Amino acid sequence: MLTVATGNKAVAAAVKEAAPAVVAAYPITPQTEIVEQIAEYVSSGELKSQYIPVESEHSAMAACIGASVTGARTFTATSSHGLHYMHEMVNWAAGARLPIVMANVNRALGPGWNIWAEHTDAFQERDSGWLQVYVGSVQEAFDAVLMAFCIAEDERVLLPVMVNLDGFLLSHTMQPLEVEKAGDFIPPLRLPHAIDPQEPCGYGTLTGPDEYFRLRWDIERSMRDAVDVIRGTQERFAERFGRKYGMVDEYRCDDAEVVVVAAGTLGREAEVAVDLLRNEGIRAGSMRIRWFRPFPRLDLSGRDVVVIDRDYSFGFGGVLAKSIAAKEGARPFSVIAGLGGQEVTYEDIAGFVRNRQPGRELWFGVNGDV
Amino acid sequence: MFEVRIHSRGGQGGVTAARLLALAAVRDGKYATAFPFYGAERRGAPVVSFVRIDDSPIRISSQIKKPDLVIVLDPSVMDVVDVLQGLRPGGRVLLNARERRDMKGYPTFTVDLTGIALREKLEVAGSPILNTPVLGALAKMGIVTMESAKSAITEMFSDPRNVSAAEAAYRELVA
Repeated sequence: MLTVATGNKAVAAAVKEAAPAVVAAYPITPQTEIVEQIAEYVSSGELKSQYIPVESEHSAMAACIGASVTGARTFTATSSHGLHYMHEMVNWAAGARLPIVMANVNRALGPGWNIWAEHTDAFQERDSGWLQVYVGSVQEAFDAVLMAFCIAEDERVLLPVMVNLDGFLLSHTMQPLEVEKAGDFIPPLRLPHAIDPQEPCGYGTLTGPDEYFRLRWDIERSMRDAVDVIRGTQERFAERFGRKYGMVDEYRCDDAEVVVVAAGTLGREAEVAVDLLRNEGIRAGSMRIRWFRPFPRLDLSGRDVVVIDRDYSFGFGGVLAKSIAAKEGARPFSVIAGLGGQEVTYEDIAGFVRNRQPGRELWFGVNGDV
Repeated sequence: MFEVRIHSRGGQGGVTAARLLALAAVRDGKYATAFPFYGAERRGAPVVSFVRIDDSPIRISSQIKKPDLVIVLDPSVMDVVDVLQGLRPGGRVLLNARERRDMKGYPTFTVDLTGIALREKLEVAGSPILNTPVLGALAKMGIVTMESAKSAITEMFSDPRNVSAAEAAYRELVA
């Protein structure tokens, strides 16, 4: 049914379709609406889940881990400080190979106290073993959550998936939403290493260097295999529901001499900048990063690259720009923009492209002069 | 692309008005987005909400700088906010007011939404509800069809007085 919903409501609606056995969550702005809505679904009986209200995000993830290890489908949602409060458990979930799905509403980290969009919160979890996807619309948030369960629970993956949506720009923005009936799109979860009281075994005991090393490699092997699983799931989704997604969403890239790379809503806004630049005779294109872990390959050969980071790694650079420089050998013009919800328009993005300086870094609006 | 900025005070329903307008536009077969500007506002502080309506999917998330239509749900915000800022040449203004006032020559539409809400006894915690009747005025202006306006209202609110208030606003809008 076509309706109009916020990104938060879209996530909750998708969770209802996926029907996790357990949801454990703690509220935080701008995510709260997700867990409120799920609580309403559970309370009205529309969603038959065990809803565990907890006293912190650390406990939320711990409860998800405890449930998931029994083979139960689990979901939680958080944002920013909440994500970092559960940091220890975030790593544990991946190491224990638990296909937990989490929505993270991207929000800046304090101080200064700030509730608006930024990607640094989730990028800081980039080495945890979680898959990460960034969405650009309310519909994509719904679709990504449905697919996240399929991908996480695929036995070639068995890693948790984080679905990221920009605080307020998506979490609180109302857009058309087609609420799909998931039906049998998400196969039942069969966790091969689920604990079974009939077959007692030890978990989490001290693991020596050799065994630990193999476990780490196994995470990386699954992360590499995940690329095929993501592709297959996205194809199956397109056949069933008609909307196509890639590792990266390319827009007018075929003959582009300069491409803008960005994630989240900035990546969608960049498409409008591309149209503007094309009208001026500049052959621009846009590559919107959807999957950040596993990190995608980009076809940048012979092109100028403008990377917009709504994040920063202090003493190093924009995380996307540095990743792309390392992976693709590109020399991007690195633009740091949108931190803490800074307003960035398609006209600003067109300006970054017009005034690009390959190899340089620009802090939009403050450039080295705070 | 048709862009709307709604001025109100926190708690007056500007956000819901934006959502209703977006839903009505979607029921007309169009694409729409609605979003408030989230600052450190609280009840009673001047706030703005935005709506974009287009024939194709909307990819812009940034705020509306040059609206085609400005809606003022609470004229008292005009004492502290320049509601005409950025309004496009030929852009229109919809005022919740009993009497016409000059808006620097911009085509201005007036309707007493507060009076209509009080007449219909459409109140929440003693405050008149403005966001459902305003849909009737917007339908009269041709922004959405009245059929879709009513559909959006009934999808979000069960009380039939919301629809009758919208119908009253449709009849009583003064160009």
